[in-house]
Amino acid sequence: MKHIKYNIKHKKQIVKFLALILLLTVSVPLMTGCGKSGNGSGERVVLNVYNWGDYIDETVNDLFEEKYGIKVNYETFATNEDMYTKIKSGGGKYDIAIPSDYMIKRMIDENLLNKINLDNIPNYKYIEDRFKNLAYDPNNEYSVPYMWGTVGILYNKTMVNEPVDSWKILWDEKYAKQILMLDSYRESIGVALKMLGYSMNSDNPEELEAAQNALIEQKPLVLAYIGDEIKDKMIGEEAALAVVWSGDAIYCKRENPNLEYAIPKEGSNYWFDAIVIPKTAEHQAEAEKYIDFLCDPEIAFKNTEYIGYSSPNSGAKEMLDPSLLNDKTAYPDDEDIKNCEIFQYNESLIKTYDEIWTRITAE
Amino acid sequence: MRFLKKFYTFIIFFFLYAPIVVLMIFSFNNSKSRAKWGGFTFKWYAELFRDDEILSSLYYTVIIAVISSLVATVIGTIAAIGIHNMSKVKKTVVMNLTYLPVINPDIVTGISLMILFIFIKLDLGFITLLFAHITFNIPYVILSVMPKLKQLNKHIYEAALDLGATPLRAFWKVILPEIMPGVVTGALLAFTLSLDDFVISFFTTGSGVSNLSITIYSMARRGINPKINALSTIMFITVLLLLIVVNKRTSRKENA
Repeated sequence: MKHIKYNIKHKKQIVKFLALILLLTVSVPLMTGCGKSGNGSGERVVLNVYNWGDYIDETVNDLFEEKYGIKVNYETFATNEDMYTKIKSGGGKYDIAIPSDYMIKRMIDENLLNKINLDNIPNYKYIEDRFKNLAYDPNNEYSVPYMWGTVGILYNKTMVNEPVDSWKILWDEKYAKQILMLDSYRESIGVALKMLGYSMNSDNPEELEAAQNALIEQKPLVLAYIGDEIKDKMIGEEAALAVVWSGDAIYCKRENPNLEYAIPKEGSNYWFDAIVIPKTAEHQAEAEKYIDFLCDPEIAFKNTEYIGYSSPNSGAKEMLDPSLLNDKTAYPDDEDIKNCEIFQYNESLIKTYDEIWTRITAE
Repeated sequence: MRFLKKFYTFIIFFFLYAPIVVLMIFSFNNSKSRAKWGGFTFKWYAELFRDDEILSSLYYTVIIAVISSLVATVIGTIAAIGIHNMSKVKKTVVMNLTYLPVINPDIVTGISLMILFIFIKLDLGFITLLFAHITFNIPYVILSVMPKLKQLNKHIYEAALDLGATPLRAFWKVILPEIMPGVVTGALLAFTLSLDDFVISFFTTGSGVSNLSITIYSMARRGINPKINALSTIMFITVLLLLIVVNKRTSRKENA
């Protein structure tokens, strides 16, 4: 009888002890959590930053906090569309966001962004001139470029013995089941349009029909339509040719020296991720400080080193390894990108492209 | 025949665990790529502990899972008992309402909650994330406890009252132990769902509060950083050890 009583009492004590520990662990964030959402007694300014995942060097936010005493709440999103939904509905008052070119155009059109006062961003002088006055923000009023790149063909030199300079090689039967395409409708339809000599932003129904047919024709030759696994597949030499973003190409080339990247002569897409200040921002001045900080050559250099994509910052470029600077994959000349276009955005265009893509994937 | 049975079991476990084992092996890979083995290294573990963002997400994930499952379990159990004692018509209506969040796609729940929070001018952050998790957990707890309540002998509660127990004591000492398996199942289910959740969390959080699912999912465009492999390995081993310890204790109790 005695030892049963002892067991029960013992168990009760343990449960009470655990409950106490739990309560303590739990009450701590509740206290700080309440403080966060109200900015407490207003001593430290808090900046809400919204960026892609794994898209900033880990030390940058800490360095910013040290320099300016402004706390950074950093959140991440997976696609432009997710970010757009959150900002448009007013959820999460973000001071800084880093969307892609076509999404910035959309947000400008829908009046979701604040203008940026470039006088408050002295480091803007480091952004190369060729990255100013771009199609999505012609007067540089709403955005500052963060990272950029191109779309092109990554190929395995040991598996492809001819020069790669045209999109038509992706339709060559010699490479049946050795071709990888991106599972993204703008890139894939864009590639087909460029191959046929049309614009990547075409809304001409005949041109779009031709592109659709070309892609359906190509389907039997394609090994797979994938996303980020394309890198591992090419490094593992499972395919000869792939459509990739230049940033991924830089990484793949480093991991497997047999790989090479080319921007076809018909032209391609060049893309930008840029920093914007949404209308929901509560700290415009501090946000501009953050943008200025990101444009500081040292910080831009840290970011481009970590992320591995191309930086639009001339100061950062100077600190790069010369072999990377001379690599046309990362830093193509004006000559290479003269036929490159930025994706444009417009609602009916997107609907049409989406329908085409559905038809192609359903075939 | 025995060999076939053992082989079959082995195959099942192999398929279940092979991806996890591969994940763990690649957490030691010096190269970021899954296609290439670049040498054995601990560097991803070191980088993991330097990465404030991932550590903070881990912290919030666990805290939210623990609190939301506890609160949801309490609310859900009490609700289930109430529903169980309702008249037939009311019971059907309430049970159907309970099924709604379960059937609804996560994104509908997530966006509706976000709109609700914005409407009542509650800033998105830890509190809204917690409320959202509690909200989607409660139906699962109710659904776990209800069957146990149905199995309960209808008269056991009256019997307890007859023998002199107050209603509260009758509940605590008689009903609760009987339905405890359902309550525990509900709690574990709620915990797991909360740990896992991405869509609802994404739309109801803010102010720098992220959970692991959001952080990992956001890496989709860039490719999953092996720091995540390191984190997953640590989590898997922790849970495995916990389960071994718990199992050893219960088997020791049974043998004693």
